[in-house]
Amino acid sequence: MNLVNEINALILMGKGMLAIFTVIIIIFIIITALIKFLPNEPTEKN
Amino acid sequence: MGFLIEGVMAVTWQQVLMWVIGGLLIYLAIGKNLEPALLLPIGFGAILVNIPFSGVLNQNLSSIGNVNGIIQWLFEVGIEAAEAMPLLLFIGIGAMIDFGPLLVNPKLILFGAAAQFGIFVVIVLATLLGFSFRDAASIGIIGAADGPTSILVSQVLKSNYVGTIAVVAYSYMALVPIVQPMAIKLVTTKKERQIRMTYNPKKISKLTRILFPIIVTLIAGLVAPASVALVGFLMFGNLIRESGVLKSLSETAQNEFANIITLLLGITIAATMKAEQIVNIQTLMIMALGLLAFVFDTVAGVLFAKLLNLFSKEKINPMIGAAGISAFPMSARVVQKMATAEDKQNYLLMQAIGANVSGQIASVIAGGVILSLVPTFI
Repeated sequence: MNLVNEINALILMGKGMLAIFTVIIIIFIIITALIKFLPNEPTEKN
Repeated sequence: MGFLIEGVMAVTWQQVLMWVIGGLLIYLAIGKNLEPALLLPIGFGAILVNIPFSGVLNQNLSSIGNVNGIIQWLFEVGIEAAEAMPLLLFIGIGAMIDFGPLLVNPKLILFGAAAQFGIFVVIVLATLLGFSFRDAASIGIIGAADGPTSILVSQVLKSNYVGTIAVVAYSYMALVPIVQPMAIKLVTTKKERQIRMTYNPKKISKLTRILFPIIVTLIAGLVAPASVALVGFLMFGNLIRESGVLKSLSETAQNEFANIITLLLGITIAATMKAEQIVNIQTLMIMALGLLAFVFDTVAGVLFAKLLNLFSKEKINPMIGAAGISAFPMSARVVQKMATAEDKQNYLLMQAIGANVSGQIASVIAGGVILSLVPTFI
């Protein structure tokens, strides 16, 4: 067992999940805004 | 006449074992219909590369010199040089994905992020078991539940176990209907599995569908530049699909193009399945770690959904979190099947598909993040 590798793996876990959530949350915010503010195509009337 | 038995005399027991493993992969592909498009070529390729003096690998022949083998050449050009094959496959995958169910309910994208947790748990476990950091990170990426991403990341990190990782990743993806229900039941109650969710279908504008792949690429690229190739090719395929002006290209990318790359990728990855690389105790460890990666992904997704339920008025069925892995559409189907097993009137398929496609985005982002971060630790 290499203690340095272990610590690095734990740091990677923290940084990695933080990076993934950062990207995903930014996408979430922008997409939510897009859907809210971009007009939907007009739907056909019966 | 010695040349007639030269090959026979050179056979080792490890190579015979690889023939058996190759045969087993072919059996799983044909007999059990487990990821046949990949496991069949990999299985047959494993036999091809484990025949002594095999002509599919580079050989040094007496008085002739070096002779190139086709599988080794395909590997060097198609995977080793620039990871072309797994990346090109992403164009086809992107063209196949309809992000509509995700765009209808954007918060489902959060489950994709949560369900990548297994990657990092397994990296920690693999380092505990004595794997080098680059090998541990490559083994962890099995948790992305995405074959091409696993191949690409392990190849870029120059792991010693590219072939094993590819086979294990595809095998567990095929075994999602067995692995995920067990993991989901571990962390949910019957009452939780019976939670119903309303689905409000909304029409998503074409402009939103076109902007989505561009925005995702830009954001992922700015935060994790190493993910640009992965995310970019996936989203390029999706842009072709959603543009509406490249119908024939979109269909080609989804069908012929994806099929050709899949066929070549399977047989090419077999170049890394030589007996000396596979027949060792590390292979068994990687199989166990791969299973744990899928279990921890599932558990993390479910627990994240439970966490969100603490703050939201409209309850989420925690099983939706489990669908945040990239194995599409198996994971969504598993969730729907489990939901109807508990309550025949419970329809969660669209929400599960939304989470499942978010898993496809998050898994390539995770691959890029690993590629960005791991070199800083080596």
